[in-house]
Amino acid sequence: MSWVTGVGLTRFGKHPGRGTLDLMSEAATSALADAGLERRDIDGLLTGYSTTLPHLMLSTLFAEHFGLSPRYAHAIQLGGATGFTMAMLAHHIVEAGLASHVLVVAGENRLTGQSRDSAVQTLAQVGHPAYEVPLGATIPAYYGLVASRYMHEHGITEEDFAALAVLMRTHATRHPGAQFRDPISEVDVLASKPVSSPLKLLDCCPVSDGGAAFVVSRECVSAHSVRILGTAQAHTHQHVSAAPSLTRFGAAASASDAMRAAGVTLRDVDYAGIYDSFTITLAILLEEIGLAPRGQAGKLARAGHFSADGSVPLNAHGGLLSYGHCGVGGAMAHLVEAHLQLTDRGGERQCGAPRLALLHGDGGVLSSHVSLVMERAR
Amino acid sequence: MSGDAMSDWTEGTEAILYQRCGTCSRVWYFRRDFCPHCGDTKVVSYRAAGSGTVHAMTRVARAPSEALRAHAPYVIGLVDVDEGFRMMAHLDDGVRIGDRVRARFETFGDAIVPVFGTD
Repeated sequence: MSWVTGVGLTRFGKHPGRGTLDLMSEAATSALADAGLERRDIDGLLTGYSTTLPHLMLSTLFAEHFGLSPRYAHAIQLGGATGFTMAMLAHHIVEAGLASHVLVVAGENRLTGQSRDSAVQTLAQVGHPAYEVPLGATIPAYYGLVASRYMHEHGITEEDFAALAVLMRTHATRHPGAQFRDPISEVDVLASKPVSSPLKLLDCCPVSDGGAAFVVSRECVSAHSVRILGTAQAHTHQHVSAAPSLTRFGAAASASDAMRAAGVTLRDVDYAGIYDSFTITLAILLEEIGLAPRGQAGKLARAGHFSADGSVPLNAHGGLLSYGHCGVGGAMAHLVEAHLQLTDRGGERQCGAPRLALLHGDGGVLSSHVSLVMERAR
Repeated sequence: MSGDAMSDWTEGTEAILYQRCGTCSRVWYFRRDFCPHCGDTKVVSYRAAGSGTVHAMTRVARAPSEALRAHAPYVIGLVDVDEGFRMMAHLDDGVRIGDRVRARFETFGDAIVPVFGTD
């Protein structure tokens, strides 16, 4: 058994002059304070990576900077799946007795620390350096390819994608830390600048500066602890050219394995934190996991199913699409928000009293999948 | 037919190569010196005839670099090549999912790339 005992999240957007270690430190300070722990209590440390601070040993670089002397530490790289994978590993580390309190932390000045071209080119390197990148492919292009096939087979439309972007923006209007808080309409999404068809600017998450952290503990040490019940992964390919299918990915296997480990079913899930790098990503993950029938994610969003007062509130902080995406910390924000929701600390964003959250992240081009089930303390 | 003696568009030659396992007969695109299915090293490279069917496509409006900006917008697709593998390539404007297409080669930035158009 493991508990998420504290969470920390910075505002996402521009943090000029603040580097990776600054943003990691800010988030870690919040998470420790939330858990009621001191630096000396932290005996495990997991970090992600930072494209603006490439380093062979980011975990110990951060440990020295922040003032930690853990018994267990390393960094992890799994693209967008990194944050939840660190949560999964932290869960197993404390269950195995290797550490009592694992600090999981990420941060990056991805927006102000480099040029836009540099960010786009770095991210495109998840593509194949010989067979894909020379074609002028970008991350939105890889997802645009998937979207074209998914639309072809399942009849989902650009309007349906737009409904998901609108939902995320609506949620972000209630979070003071969100990068984008001005309300948008489906018409705005459809009229936004083309990026890589069918994806337009408002179908794509922004590039952000920001940081996120949480503490995974063996004991329920804080008044607002949330239990991690089950975790799982699935990996089917790296490059979209080599994907076994553009309409069936590893999300279903990962999510169902995590729910089996937790001893729950989809019917028990009353809050969802789902990776939303693009509207198509969110649509596919919702539909493959089974939170929406095939082709219906946008229609359910439009009908309020995923809204704060809906059956399964989704990404109440605004997701990557509107809260923002600072790299590894981006998905960790989904976990932070789920934690707040499960402990009734969502403030004006509070979505009723959810008991069970399903979190799902993907890395690459729907290549790597990781799922977590978290439960409110009874 | 040995893999070492042949080169393809990724090395500046106007050709699309694929590989086949001499033991399990599986076919794949990304070059390596063993079969990713059975592990056998009896791998042979072949030149594809260049015909296939469009599986997916996207029109890229935002190129990743200044050098490629002049080419935008351009269409990238995934093509199911008749010999039994899937590859990423450029597509002619107007090509649609399910269309039968044939490859030629064009300069793109400082490389040559396969471009598929309708027969």
